[in-house]
Amino acid sequence: MALIVNGIEAPPPADPRVSLLDFLREHLHLTGTKVGCNQGACGACTVIVDGRRVLSCLTLAVQADGASVTTIEGLGTPTALHPLQAAFVEHDGLQCGYCTPGQICSAVAMVEELRRGVPSNVTADVAAQAIAATREELRERMSGNLCRCGAHNGIIAAIEDAFGLETAA
Amino acid sequence: MSIIKGAKARAQGLAMGALAKAVALAPDSWIPGSTPDPLIRRRSGHTGKPMSRLDGPLKVAGQARFAAEIALPGMAYAALAHATIAKGRITALDTAAAEAAPGVVLVMTYRNAPRLQRPPVFMSSAKAAWGDDLPILQDDQVRWNGQPIAVVVAETQEQADHAASLVTAIYAEEPAATAFAEAKSKGSSPGSFMMQPLHNESGDAEKALAAAHFRVDATYTTPRHNHNAIELHGLTCAWEADGTLRIHDASQMVAHEAWTLARIFGLAEEKVVVTSPFVGGGFGGKGLWQHQVLAAAAAKLAERPVRLLLPREGVYRLVGGRAQTEQRVALGADANGRLTALIHTGFTAKPPASAMPEPFIVPTRSAYAAGAMLLDVQVVEVDGLSNTFMRAPGEAVGTFAVECAIDELAEVAGIDPIELRIRNEPDKDPVSGLPFSGRNLVEAYRLGAERFGWDRRSPAPRSRREGEWWVGMGCATGTYPYYRMPGGAARITLTAEGATVDIAAHEMGMGTATAATQVAADRLGLDPAAITFNYGDSTLPGTVMAGGSQQTASIGASVVAAHRALVAELVKLAGNDSPIAGAKPDELSCRDAGLCRADNEAAYESYASILARANRPSITVEATPSMPFEMMHWSMHSHSAMFAEVRVNAVTGEIRVSRFLGSFDCGRILNSKTAASQFRGGIIMGLGLALMEETQFDARTGRIMNPSLAEYHLPVHLDVPDIEVIWTDIPDPHTPMGARGIGEIGITGTGAAVANAVYNAVGKRVRDLPITLDKLL
Repeated sequence: MALIVNGIEAPPPADPRVSLLDFLREHLHLTGTKVGCNQGACGACTVIVDGRRVLSCLTLAVQADGASVTTIEGLGTPTALHPLQAAFVEHDGLQCGYCTPGQICSAVAMVEELRRGVPSNVTADVAAQAIAATREELRERMSGNLCRCGAHNGIIAAIEDAFGLETAA
Repeated sequence: MSIIKGAKARAQGLAMGALAKAVALAPDSWIPGSTPDPLIRRRSGHTGKPMSRLDGPLKVAGQARFAAEIALPGMAYAALAHATIAKGRITALDTAAAEAAPGVVLVMTYRNAPRLQRPPVFMSSAKAAWGDDLPILQDDQVRWNGQPIAVVVAETQEQADHAASLVTAIYAEEPAATAFAEAKSKGSSPGSFMMQPLHNESGDAEKALAAAHFRVDATYTTPRHNHNAIELHGLTCAWEADGTLRIHDASQMVAHEAWTLARIFGLAEEKVVVTSPFVGGGFGGKGLWQHQVLAAAAAKLAERPVRLLLPREGVYRLVGGRAQTEQRVALGADANGRLTALIHTGFTAKPPASAMPEPFIVPTRSAYAAGAMLLDVQVVEVDGLSNTFMRAPGEAVGTFAVECAIDELAEVAGIDPIELRIRNEPDKDPVSGLPFSGRNLVEAYRLGAERFGWDRRSPAPRSRREGEWWVGMGCATGTYPYYRMPGGAARITLTAEGATVDIAAHEMGMGTATAATQVAADRLGLDPAAITFNYGDSTLPGTVMAGGSQQTASIGASVVAAHRALVAELVKLAGNDSPIAGAKPDELSCRDAGLCRADNEAAYESYASILARANRPSITVEATPSMPFEMMHWSMHSHSAMFAEVRVNAVTGEIRVSRFLGSFDCGRILNSKTAASQFRGGIIMGLGLALMEETQFDARTGRIMNPSLAEYHLPVHLDVPDIEVIWTDIPDPHTPMGARGIGEIGITGTGAAVANAVYNAVGKRVRDLPITLDKLL
């Protein structure tokens, strides 16, 4: 068995204590995935596993065995950015850049959740088939990704722009 | 503080005071900034444009390598064990189980750590920046709850973490003062900041207060705060074959750090190299703390490169934050609302060894024209981790108290709070008597009030209800000084293709490198793409702390000096056949990758042509700017008018900030995109200060009880509304580029604007931060 990381097979670590986060950073040297708390409180380590956003610090690498993992490096490169990465630069949705990969991975999967009709804490009608991508919905759904520099407005603007979401405040 | 150190500080303070008087009285023309920077006049260049941050593509693609992401060959991983008492002595320290654990390379305690010098404390010399002078793993004493008592080094992080958990200690506890009230009951001592006493007095303020027509008198309290940059403190370090200590760190002071570690390890300064190209947020926290020394000492002892990345709890245990304050503000005014008495006094807590009393009166010194004034900070001593600078130290919490009090006075006097502030605008600095270099606060209020719709606010609280929400509006003044610290220097290397600017400055997300590139492009007449700006490396020129919102001024002045030297050199090289022959540097400007006469742009020669004729591939100059005497000659401050709209739930007391606007007067804005982010970032940290942030202690043991991002609450996306930021963009005639600092002002005034809006919504004054819902029920 193996993990598929950004399309490339990687054998799982021998030590079962290794988190997916440390596996990516220390074993595969994919340091784009960040460590901010190691306890699921900040979202900096968010990666996409089989299409869903997960906190890689709370996931053991062996749990992702057989799964397809997409990290920030798998979304785009500095010269060929993913549209959301480009929108983050344009809207200044970052300052220090440390929470940024987690924000971006989280947002990519979050938009899919919205499209699938997964309700959130601020969804008025949880039975509705289609959920409007209001700014409040985006904010609620991104609230697991902390940013200390205060790039929140730019992050939400970048998400709206990159995914063509028409939102009202 | 010892008697000798106290006497030395007083002597330094007196000398500084005498110098300040002389500089204040000197003619303008003797002072840096007397002639406006020529870039102020130039409005057509790159400066001011919303250029996207240059390191953006690297950061959004996850390719920016931070300090704990540098992998060195043979590297081992470190973890710390921490003391669990506030004060006492280690009587038994058992490391046997840790040493026997799989993968362990080294367990370092005070028993086997290298002998180290104590850190030189902040301001004790030009590059000293440590917050205290406590020994680092040198003895069996415990001085705060959380102090490191062992460093475990192992082959993997998992092995190090596990082994560190096996270290056990037995202590002989000593009585400790761990609670603010308890410490206060033991007495206080006068505080001082930047070698000046935190005390100002003119007239008899208490008497004026007693005689005032209108008066308010209240106490405001603010808790301990932590910076909580999302990047954890961490470093990767190695001792190289030639004895050089190389540190990949997250630092806002690389030159200070290299010098300090050289002192601690007894090395020549150039034998320590600190690089820090990316810093994942600093806010005052990414300075010098014990982890850097512990990692370097462990690497020395283990004879291997070492990575030490503190866990989040470790950051709380090792890296101090903003100190608690208890502030009294008493205001007296005449029948027209003119202040006759302004009293701002109180207490702040710090451990005995800390060099940093939270200077909450600093913003009050230049705030208002008042008949009589009494400002004073008293220090009480607690046994705990040293506190330090955190975004706008002094101003962030000082403006909370004073600007709430002004709002209270406005209500008592029946005057609009903006009008009350305008009536008390000073025409010169009320304490120093110096003229302001630029103060357009009234204009900032005018712009902000119009944009925010201040006229829709009802002065009576509890008068606007929407469903189950009470809605209120509040405003407050923010302020932060212009600083430029001594120590700037820059090197410029010019080639036919472009220029490289080297300076040991820092990029922590402020956009410094981008703005510096824009400014350098305009100054040198080059395209920004032709500028390479190197920073974050202690081997580069300059001692430039990313603190006090002073980096841009320091870089600006340093580049001005180097540019001047460069032009002089080019004139020499150009010789007698050049169209610019014989010109003095001041008579020349730069345009289109060359030099021209300022009064005749057609008299021009390109850099490429000058270099080619002189047969030189490049020229390099390095220069140091003049001492920052402008700060003693003018009263130099940024200002802002902050506006908040909040909604308070009538049932639950939940507080939501629904709108916020900051109207800033910070001189010229150098990059409208990154500056807006700096302003918003400060404001958002101010929303945290107002509503949720608090480092909580177990008062019995002095241990921080919420050392995690789950329990220390930061504003999250849903807490942050659309924040509008606007600015006057009026250049300061006496600063490089006409700019004043913008990094810290956003957090100032924000807490009071929110608190005043909460009062306007529900009619309850909360004077104890954070304003949580339980205080409204």
